[in-house]
Amino acid sequence: MIPAQFDYVEATSVADAIRLLAEHGDEAKLLAGGHSLIPLMKLRLVTPATLIDVTHIKELSYIKEDGNNIVIGALTRHRDIEESDLVKKHLPLVAHVAGEVGDPQVRNRGTIGGSLVHGDPAADLPAAALATGATMVIAGKNGERRISAQDFFVDFLETDVQPGEILIAIEFPKHTDAGWAYEKFVRRAMDYSIVGVALQLGAKPGVALVNMSNKPHLAVSASQAIGKGAAIADVLAVINDNTNPPEDLNATVEYRQHLARVLTQRAFATASK
Amino acid sequence: MTIRTAITVNGKDTSREVEARTLLVHYLREELGLTGTHVGCDTSNCGACTVLLDGEAVKSCTVFAAQIHDCNITTIEGAAQADGSFSPIQEGFRQEHGLQCGYCTPGMIMASTALLTENPNPTEEEIRHALEGNLCRCTGYEMIVNAVRWAAENPNFTSGGAK
Repeated sequence: MIPAQFDYVEATSVADAIRLLAEHGDEAKLLAGGHSLIPLMKLRLVTPATLIDVTHIKELSYIKEDGNNIVIGALTRHRDIEESDLVKKHLPLVAHVAGEVGDPQVRNRGTIGGSLVHGDPAADLPAAALATGATMVIAGKNGERRISAQDFFVDFLETDVQPGEILIAIEFPKHTDAGWAYEKFVRRAMDYSIVGVALQLGAKPGVALVNMSNKPHLAVSASQAIGKGAAIADVLAVINDNTNPPEDLNATVEYRQHLARVLTQRAFATASK
Repeated sequence: MTIRTAITVNGKDTSREVEARTLLVHYLREELGLTGTHVGCDTSNCGACTVLLDGEAVKSCTVFAAQIHDCNITTIEGAAQADGSFSPIQEGFRQEHGLQCGYCTPGMIMASTALLTENPNPTEEEIRHALEGNLCRCTGYEMIVNAVRWAAENPNFTSGGAK
């Protein structure tokens, strides 16, 4: 499988990437770790005229503490997040989920920003961003803007990033010493989830579902119920509110909704250990 | 559009004029003739195309050659020791019969090499976790895990030259 022809340009800074996006227009795509984009290009589902390679923008690869937040640069690799002591301490759910993406080879290349802007409802990190209440920092020619993870995911493989813009960082509120769990139901170790549940307990709880909607899905009613201290049975009763799961060879809609309940229950059991 | 590569492969500087869409695995196999790196699934699932990029395991079917200028690549052809001896991990696969058809073996050996560099004495669970991105349809993995354990237990293996 060979991608269609494209022109290749390299961005050396965020400003450079924004300039190149303006110059090359709608037919250009940003290339980071490439582990979502390159497979789509090989299948020729995506045929960008120009690839703007942002891999070498060193200023976007970092993990830092900023008051009550942990800020992760968009080009930080899954592996670096998985191994970060700062993330493990303050965002153990995010560190764990980064280590659940694909397999070691994928985590050595894939980036958190790339995974989030791909907006795949079956991916792991969008669920972690939703459950932890992350904020996306997006840069464009008019400067920076911020948007909540909940508003960031718009539709299937579609996010709020507009033409000419680039996701530069993700701000996560700290969830130090709070319970958490990630339950991923797969057929083989490195598969995408058939269904997944990311659960963050503590002062700002959230529960997000993987592969249960046309976009990464924050279970709003269930998250609110957890915040009000509802019994687990009452959370499970609303966990499937507003879900719209796909039906495929692996699972029917009913089976996926069943899995969402079972995995949420398991997540509570794991989180309370 | 073509680009000029500058990639060090198994210690040798290489440079070719290639199409921008050239994937690393095709660069290795077709431009450099290093056919030890295999194309398996071609969808970044199976790991047969695994090589080391600056010492870390990556799937060469999902990296453009254009992206990695000035990087160091190690393929299975560069896995042996300087005197031509098998590396401990190669010898481990031989001693423990860690292969049947052999198609996945180059990728298994490169992924195992990355593991043992970071973690010289992995548990069975750590080995299985590190190799979750490499599929083998013959062995059922038991003998592959044994092969990696053999290498961990014999880190100073040398046969005293090429066989």
